[in-house]
Amino acid sequence: MDTAQIYTRLTGIFQDVFDEDSIKVTPELSAKEVDGWDSLTHIRLILTVERAFKIKFSTSEIGKLENVGDLVALIQTRV
Amino acid sequence: MNPLYAELQWLPRVPREFSDKLRALGNTTASLGKELQALALYGLDLNQLTKLAKVIVKARAEGKSLGPLKPFRLAVLSNSTIDLVVPALVASAARHGIDLEIVQPSYDQVAQEALTPDSKVNSSKPDAVLFALDYRALPLKLSLGDSETSIATQQGAIGYLQALRNGIKANSNAVCIFQNFAPPPETLFGSLDRALPGTMRSLLDGVNRELAEFVLGSGDVLLDVAGLAETVGLADWHNPQLWNMAKFSFSDELIPLYADHVARTIAALRGKSGKVLILDLDNTVWGGVIGDDGLEGIQIAQGDARGEAHLAVQRLALDLRQRGIVLAVSSKNTDEVAREPFEKHPEMLLKLEHIAVFQANWNDKATNIQAIAEELSLGFDSLVFLDDNPVERGLVRELLPQVSVPELPEDPAYYARTLMAGGYFEAVTFAAEDLKRAGFYQDNAKRASLQKQVGGLDAYLASLDMTITFQPFDATGRARIVQLINKSNQYNLTTRRYTDPEVATAEDDPEVFTLQVRLVDVFGDNGMISVVICRPGKADSWEIDTWLMSCRVLGRRVEHMVLREVLDHARAAGIHKLSGTYLPTDRNKLVVDHYEKLGFTKVEEDASGVTRWEMFLADADPERAPMRVVSQGFIEAREKSIP
Repeated sequence: MDTAQIYTRLTGIFQDVFDEDSIKVTPELSAKEVDGWDSLTHIRLILTVERAFKIKFSTSEIGKLENVGDLVALIQTRV
Repeated sequence: MNPLYAELQWLPRVPREFSDKLRALGNTTASLGKELQALALYGLDLNQLTKLAKVIVKARAEGKSLGPLKPFRLAVLSNSTIDLVVPALVASAARHGIDLEIVQPSYDQVAQEALTPDSKVNSSKPDAVLFALDYRALPLKLSLGDSETSIATQQGAIGYLQALRNGIKANSNAVCIFQNFAPPPETLFGSLDRALPGTMRSLLDGVNRELAEFVLGSGDVLLDVAGLAETVGLADWHNPQLWNMAKFSFSDELIPLYADHVARTIAALRGKSGKVLILDLDNTVWGGVIGDDGLEGIQIAQGDARGEAHLAVQRLALDLRQRGIVLAVSSKNTDEVAREPFEKHPEMLLKLEHIAVFQANWNDKATNIQAIAEELSLGFDSLVFLDDNPVERGLVRELLPQVSVPELPEDPAYYARTLMAGGYFEAVTFAAEDLKRAGFYQDNAKRASLQKQVGGLDAYLASLDMTITFQPFDATGRARIVQLINKSNQYNLTTRRYTDPEVATAEDDPEVFTLQVRLVDVFGDNGMISVVICRPGKADSWEIDTWLMSCRVLGRRVEHMVLREVLDHARAAGIHKLSGTYLPTDRNKLVVDHYEKLGFTKVEEDASGVTRWEMFLADADPERAPMRVVSQGFIEAREKSIP
């Protein structure tokens, strides 16, 4: 899967999880910039990504994610 | 993960417009509570439940009325992270008619909240307190092989739970809902863990057993999480990664299932649960269609895989009846035909004496279910309707939204399981009188008279998005045409049986008008559902030799659309009159007034019940039904035969 496809799917996922149609998913996007992106919503986000792409991340991989760019890179190692 | 449970497959699938519908809430005249409940009735995932809960909480904060949902305040005490569970609880409660408010203290403050008189939980005066504890919350120590210490450990755990309970009872007198404990899948020895005292598995077995005894008859309630975890599998229930990362005591994928179970329990506490199971007959309680297959043809034999599946449904119905659930029947069949298997089939487990109300007729099922409700003096929300046909399920859901209608899978082997997975009959109390409830209904297998027609039928039919396809007989369709001609007994005007070569002859004869009819709707392709053969009659007329239809598509005005198609072709062929005959058999009483309903005039009736009808094309104007028409394969320029 190429990066563009991943970003497209992630946009849908972000909009769904945050219930916010105006979210723009960019590589630099992180929890600081989004209202309601607390630790629990973060978990819900990761779980939704795992289910949507049918992949699983390890605990340490999840712990290292700083922004969406890291997440996309991680997804790419799996799909 | 078993999708039946993980995806709540007894609930209809979430429509694509779910988010739009959610956003549009409050813009219609229907009550907000009803709209919310309707949206909650889909198999929502965690994100969808969370969105719905947000809307509910916001409406409550704005002081909007959520009637007719019944308010309920639930405090949740847990040693684990329940923040993702809480919104799921609120949304799932709406599904069961409950307006749920959650009181959630800070993380892992179980004892403090229960025992402190002015704690957040006790001050809020909840209706119930859910002790959502997992095994890690209990003071358990392994004592491998040591019976005495094991018993003391178990009693210590029970003592802890009792202390929590006493704290709540003393300070807020709420009902206590106790979860029991799902053991971790890992064992130290293997099978021996179950038998040897002092292992985690046997300690938890003991605690669970004592907890169940302690709760029964105490006025408190047990939430059998151990049973739920066993049902989906301990390995799927427990998720070590999620515990490590965020202290989730069970997999996030099972939150919708867990939330629904809590919601059922609360609904049961409020007296809302199923009291009646209404059964469809054909392909639900037996395999096949009694009207077409007859007593010899329906499948309920032991030793026949299909038969066993339907017998399982019957056995389940009898067991439910034994616990006090009333049984009723709603079937599209002639009454005598539908009763035959109950009276005469040796393999039937259900007998007429088990059925309180027996509705078998050709009217729509919503009107019939309304009659059942009136006959039993019960509200629609006490009724559970089991039917293999998605069109019937859709109809009842649309016209009688308060009736519970589980989705069913393709394979009847899973009908019994899917019905019970839905938890429609959840009960939190048991009294000996409950067992006798089903027997209270005198005049068993009563026929309830139909009240006025339930509204909305036409709109529902239009929503089925039907396409009807007309073609003349051809080689591709022949096998199915021959099958229908020889199998159809009920909706069959003349019951003329033709062999394959005879059908082929009609196919090729330019004087004979033939029609094979297919119907597709939003639920799928019904295949070929009607066959018509018209032969040339006297003086520019057609004699309708054969007109048959599958009973599965009754009530949709397919026969009107068929007539319109026949008339179109008759006109093109210069025909002025259609003649039809009804030849009565012991199976086709259903169509005695078929021609009358279509606007034909009766011209003859003899002593044996044979009737002849005619329609002049100049006068003909049959009703349309809301369906798209495709007419293909016809060669219009027919050579008129010279008599």
